[in-house]
Amino acid sequence: MTKNLRVKSSEYIDETNRISFKFNGKTYHGFKGDTLASALLANNVHLVGRSFKYHRPRGIMTSGSEEPNAIVQVNPGTNRTEPNVRATEVEIYEGLEASSQNCWPSVEFDIGGINNFLSPFFPAGFYYKTFMWPASFWEKYEFFIRHSAGLGKSPTSSDPDIYDHRNIHCDVLVVGAGISGILAAKNAAKNDFKTLLVDEKNELGGSTVYENNEFNKIDNKTPSEWLKKEIEELKGIKNLEIKTRTSVAAYHQYNYLLARENLTDHLEAKEKTNKIRQRLLKIRAKKVILATGALERPLIFNNNDRPGIMLSSAIKKYSEFYGVVCGSKNVFFTNNDSAYESAMSLYNKGINVEAIIDIREQSESKIIKKVKEVGIKIYWSHTIVDTTGYKRLNSISTMKLSNDGTSVTGSKISISCDCLGVAGGWTPAVHLYTQSGSKLRFDEEKKVFLPNQNTSEQISVGSCGGDFKIDEIIKNLNQKLKDTLNINETDLDSIKVEIDQENSKRNIWLLPCDKPLGKTKPFVDYQNDATAKDIKLALREGFRSIEHVKRYTTTGMGTDQGKLGNMHALGIIADTAGVKMGELGTTTFRPPYTPLTFGTIVGRNVGKFFDIFRRTPMNDWHVENKAEFENVGQWKRAWYYPINGETMHQAVQRESKAARESAGILDASTLGKIDIQGSDASEFLNRVYTNAWSKLAIGKCRYGLMLNEDGMVYDDGVTTRLGENHYIMTTTTGGAANVLGKLEDYLQTEWPELDVYLTSVTDHYATASLCGPNSKKILKKIIPDLDLSDENFPHMSFKEAKIGNIKCRIMRISFTGEHSYEINIQASYGKDLWDKCIEAGKEFNITPYGTETMHLLRAEKGFIIVGQDTDGTMTPIDLQMDWIVSKKKYDFIGKRSLYRSDTMREDRKQLVGLLTEDPNIVLEEGAQIVSELNQSPIEMLGHVTSSYFSPNLNKSIALAVIKGGKDMMGKKLFVPMENKNINVTVSNPVFYDEKNERLNA
Amino acid sequence: MFLINCPYCGERDQQEFKAGGEAHIERPKQPTELSDDEWAEYLFMRKNIKGVQFERWNHAHGCRKWFNMVRDTSNDEIKAIYKMGEKPPAQ
Repeated sequence: MTKNLRVKSSEYIDETNRISFKFNGKTYHGFKGDTLASALLANNVHLVGRSFKYHRPRGIMTSGSEEPNAIVQVNPGTNRTEPNVRATEVEIYEGLEASSQNCWPSVEFDIGGINNFLSPFFPAGFYYKTFMWPASFWEKYEFFIRHSAGLGKSPTSSDPDIYDHRNIHCDVLVVGAGISGILAAKNAAKNDFKTLLVDEKNELGGSTVYENNEFNKIDNKTPSEWLKKEIEELKGIKNLEIKTRTSVAAYHQYNYLLARENLTDHLEAKEKTNKIRQRLLKIRAKKVILATGALERPLIFNNNDRPGIMLSSAIKKYSEFYGVVCGSKNVFFTNNDSAYESAMSLYNKGINVEAIIDIREQSESKIIKKVKEVGIKIYWSHTIVDTTGYKRLNSISTMKLSNDGTSVTGSKISISCDCLGVAGGWTPAVHLYTQSGSKLRFDEEKKVFLPNQNTSEQISVGSCGGDFKIDEIIKNLNQKLKDTLNINETDLDSIKVEIDQENSKRNIWLLPCDKPLGKTKPFVDYQNDATAKDIKLALREGFRSIEHVKRYTTTGMGTDQGKLGNMHALGIIADTAGVKMGELGTTTFRPPYTPLTFGTIVGRNVGKFFDIFRRTPMNDWHVENKAEFENVGQWKRAWYYPINGETMHQAVQRESKAARESAGILDASTLGKIDIQGSDASEFLNRVYTNAWSKLAIGKCRYGLMLNEDGMVYDDGVTTRLGENHYIMTTTTGGAANVLGKLEDYLQTEWPELDVYLTSVTDHYATASLCGPNSKKILKKIIPDLDLSDENFPHMSFKEAKIGNIKCRIMRISFTGEHSYEINIQASYGKDLWDKCIEAGKEFNITPYGTETMHLLRAEKGFIIVGQDTDGTMTPIDLQMDWIVSKKKYDFIGKRSLYRSDTMREDRKQLVGLLTEDPNIVLEEGAQIVSELNQSPIEMLGHVTSSYFSPNLNKSIALAVIKGGKDMMGKKLFVPMENKNINVTVSNPVFYDEKNERLNA
Repeated sequence: MFLINCPYCGERDQQEFKAGGEAHIERPKQPTELSDDEWAEYLFMRKNIKGVQFERWNHAHGCRKWFNMVRDTSNDEIKAIYKMGEKPPAQ
């Protein structure tokens, strides 16, 4: 049944290299160099998919990335499967499998095809109108919509391929390697500009390499012959890097572009292994030359979507480039001369061209004369009013256009054919241009949007800049190159061009029909099944903005982003609403120009490289001792150390008891540490903390609270005075970078007169925190000659000491309320320090504890954690920490805000303790707190911020923020949960050792 | 993605920088003397102009220095960059 439609040998097709592939389960053959589309067409397969809404049979329509219909699932059922791939872009290889999407059970017989006959019930905005009522049904509707929609299937197993990123800096980036791009790149590189030339195809040359109009000549050669010689010359040029199979996806400001380089998609499975599949190029170019070409437009007429109806330029490319003819009985339908070139291409290969339907009244170019000479019938002033053939075109019918082009007259002529080439003129591919933020203008004469105001150093050359004829292209390219590269002469100065001058065109956005619009199906957006009728309906319903019409009708919203039909949609809107195209503007073209795989976007940032993380010098010990880890900012912190299959709760209860009864040890290396030096260091601390620092003696430590200028608590930590002008500040683990940034900000911008220098030393020191009644004995064992008496080394003081020969800094400070020491040592000795502590602590059953136990212990003491008990809306007063706010200091960051009417409200949320009536019930963090259960709605008074079961108190404890909580001591409140209301009592937030007796125990 | 000419390091990619909001809003020297409204004006009120705006930027993943930028927020054109303490260019 399949016949080979290969008509001639093509230099781009290697007929000695026969390749077999499967499409919808059936085996076909093609040759090396074929795309999936060209190979299918060579096997006379046009029907490749079903449309999205009506499930109409659809065929291959184009030969490039603008393809709306032939989107397929590649390698279905494998871990390399990929949906929504355009068959026109897939290069075939041995073993390739592909299947149609959006059809069930098969593309030949699709049950959804019934939608086509129900189409009167699927107007524009159908989903919006139908599935809105009743609102409570939405979940049910959504289930069905999601299941019937959807193009293709995503892979379900992890991606086996490697992806990569590369940064490229160049003087000139040329996008598109058609005739303009090649000449631009060649001249830029020859003039010593470091140049990168990229093209999405696997071969250079664009459409000119198969340009066959015998009346166009460059230096007396056909354009294709001439360009091939130019391509050959590119090879020897220094400064020029060429990347094929590379598609620019996005053009951002300041000439920053993202491109996807495809490296292995065209290779057989066995050749793909251990190679980079796709690479994201991040290109920063001094100058950008866009040579992205133009896309041929279809024409909008009744039933213009049947398999076999293709762009005229695609028919020419399949014939000239791939040596494939798309039909045996061909008709062309056009409004300009390009269809005649395609017709001649077929005629020259002995293929029948039945007729050319031209909506123009006449045209007298050389190519038309030639077409007439060879006897192809031309129907001037005619339009197609209908087509027939369900799975493949079998006829068209044409009628004469009225003089004004708004209606048809006379009798209908039917022409039998199996392929129709449609030529509606050319649309410059300005997508990347507009992504850069540059502005377009509408050219009334050419009926296209053209580059107008550039926002960066860029030019658009060739047909994307509005030059469609080779003589215009060369002339304007030459001038633009000289201007933008600031050079006096180019290769182009001496080129002689002869062309077939006629360039007439008649533009009718929506072609008339003998039937009323309501009874026709003129598709504007093939992929989303949006017709001219839908657009007009949207306008009747009151939509005016082009962006609204787009969303309501879904025109231009498919994976092809309306590359084919957008101009017609705009034209139809302009004509119907009676406005000019230029006033209407265009919809926004957003990146990516062609879809990117997720793999390309993430590159090598997968698995353990997904995000940066930091480990402490003691990490190996935690791992060996089976710690569970917690992410704190970028740090991996030991969370708890389960032994003998303990649950987290069991481990934390054990660790917490041990730390208070004998000794515990915590890896505190992650705390932020900022070294502060300079003659104004004390003054600086006075300004950034709420309490006073000038009188802190050398060798003493002090807790500080830092606010934002709005008076809200920002960070906290202990700062130690190491010398007259030298302090070391500790910050919260997560806040370290931001605190440093904030301090730098004030130093550089508000107080440049202060002599202060800040250095982050977080990574330079490892910190082991020894805690519990036996901590002193353990430290004594490690550093026998250090006097640990309360007189010499009291709470909140600092000593420098040596462990062996290694200097360390020891602070006697406590976050647990126990007698404890924080030992800081050069990071590279962190593990040794830890081992020494564990060894020395053995006889006291020293227990390593993680962050969870640390949180529990500090909650027993009512110590806050910034970010857990505060949320950016808590002042120190709200936290009942009035004691730390200096009344004497004239100013500090946030001071003035503490006296704003809002921050002084009595009913602000304030930090309190919360005890449950049943001591065994542990509240959920985040749970709401109320005083009345019979209100509607119930007033929320606040929420639980920290909650634990305290093993040392043998009851549940919690911290909470409650409106006016300060004055509610002893008050009974409720925490309403899903199944029950929990009775709670407001209490002092300090649950354990209120008098701080244990600090000196 | 902007290309920002750090006055200390030269041209660098935007991802090395952090935006710091409107520039030339000086912290009042005597906050306690201000009324609630005057303090709120300093604390909260920002112009957020569509057009030419004076901004603070920080080379956070570079030299950590703050500097000023004049940027047209409608098209992201950077019109000038100058160090902290220097006079803004005349408009």
